[in-house]
Amino acid sequence: MLLRGVALLAACFVAGQILGETLGRFLGIQANVGGVGFAMLFLILSQNELEKRGLFHLEMGEGVHFWSKMYIPIIVAMSSVQNVRVAFSNGVLALLAGIIPVIACLALMPLLSKLAPKD
Amino acid sequence: MEYIITFLDKNGLVFAFLVTGVIMYFSEWISKTFTRNKIPGSAISIFMGLVLAYFAGLETLGKKGIADLPGFSGFELMGGPMFRDFAIVSTAMGASFAIIKKTGPVGILSLFLGVIISFLSGVIIAYALGITDAESLTTIGAGACTFVVGPVTGTALGASSDIIAISIAAGVVKSILVTIGTPLIAPYIGLKTPQSAMIFGGLMGTTSGTAAGLAATDPKLVPYGAMTATFYTGLGCLLCPSVLYFIMRAIL
Repeated sequence: MLLRGVALLAACFVAGQILGETLGRFLGIQANVGGVGFAMLFLILSQNELEKRGLFHLEMGEGVHFWSKMYIPIIVAMSSVQNVRVAFSNGVLALLAGIIPVIACLALMPLLSKLAPKD
Repeated sequence: MEYIITFLDKNGLVFAFLVTGVIMYFSEWISKTFTRNKIPGSAISIFMGLVLAYFAGLETLGKKGIADLPGFSGFELMGGPMFRDFAIVSTAMGASFAIIKKTGPVGILSLFLGVIISFLSGVIIAYALGITDAESLTTIGAGACTFVVGPVTGTALGASSDIIAISIAAGVVKSILVTIGTPLIAPYIGLKTPQSAMIFGGLMGTTSGTAAGLAATDPKLVPYGAMTATFYTGLGCLLCPSVLYFIMRAIL
């Protein structure tokens, strides 16, 4: 059962990535267009569908859950293999590109809150 | 000595698990001891990864951070695109369209606005600081979304490693800022209901920062903010290397 969950995740991954690669070719660019996003959509849809039919076993969820817990460690490993030495000369850019979007988005918060339905 | 390095390189992935575990343990300790958990251990460990990559780069003059050090080659696999994308996709599990529907169109609007505004401001800043090619601009704009959307987009478009590193660094700055800033700004932006938490998560993205920031504000809000933030990463990974990239190419 555990591996069925991992296999479901792998199936969504492969389907989504191949769709992204195919879309990239179709659009004439050497790029994967939204493959990860498609794979996430597939996983949400297939999980909802399996749950509706009572086919989603708890242990299957655990197989996927393991990988979602590995997410931060993998991101840590990823950041440690980047070319930071060269990026460092552009530190101001990273700082500004991290701060300004937050301020810009926060400015919209009160407006969107007004549009939200009340409880 | 040499046979040990050969051994570590041969079993690179397992050794990478070990070293990453040590980095994360150390970061949790720093988080608890020096910041009273105000800055989450995950944000510190990602930052530590970047710092280690920087010093490894000074030492080896290579392009692959600590993966260029003898014995550490396994980091290339563990931190490579395959595991990364696999783990990101897995985080979508448990997300339900039904719950996001409850907040209505405004939840979805906040998601799209959050991604597009972050992307645009990132691109404008990068352009102002002298970056001109569509791939690099798109990657940095994506990094202004989250530290995941940046490298996913950069890899998809074939951006250079140093640009990808900038996009990660921007995402990490954002994550830390959201973590520290959320409890401080919450009273001024009306962040106190599940609906407002969902809008906040949609605007900010950065799942770790949003979750940690909301936890410091009101733990009851965490699942709502984290829910939309999860969609944010998916939407960012969907839009940045596709529609937004095409728009960049059309403009430049």
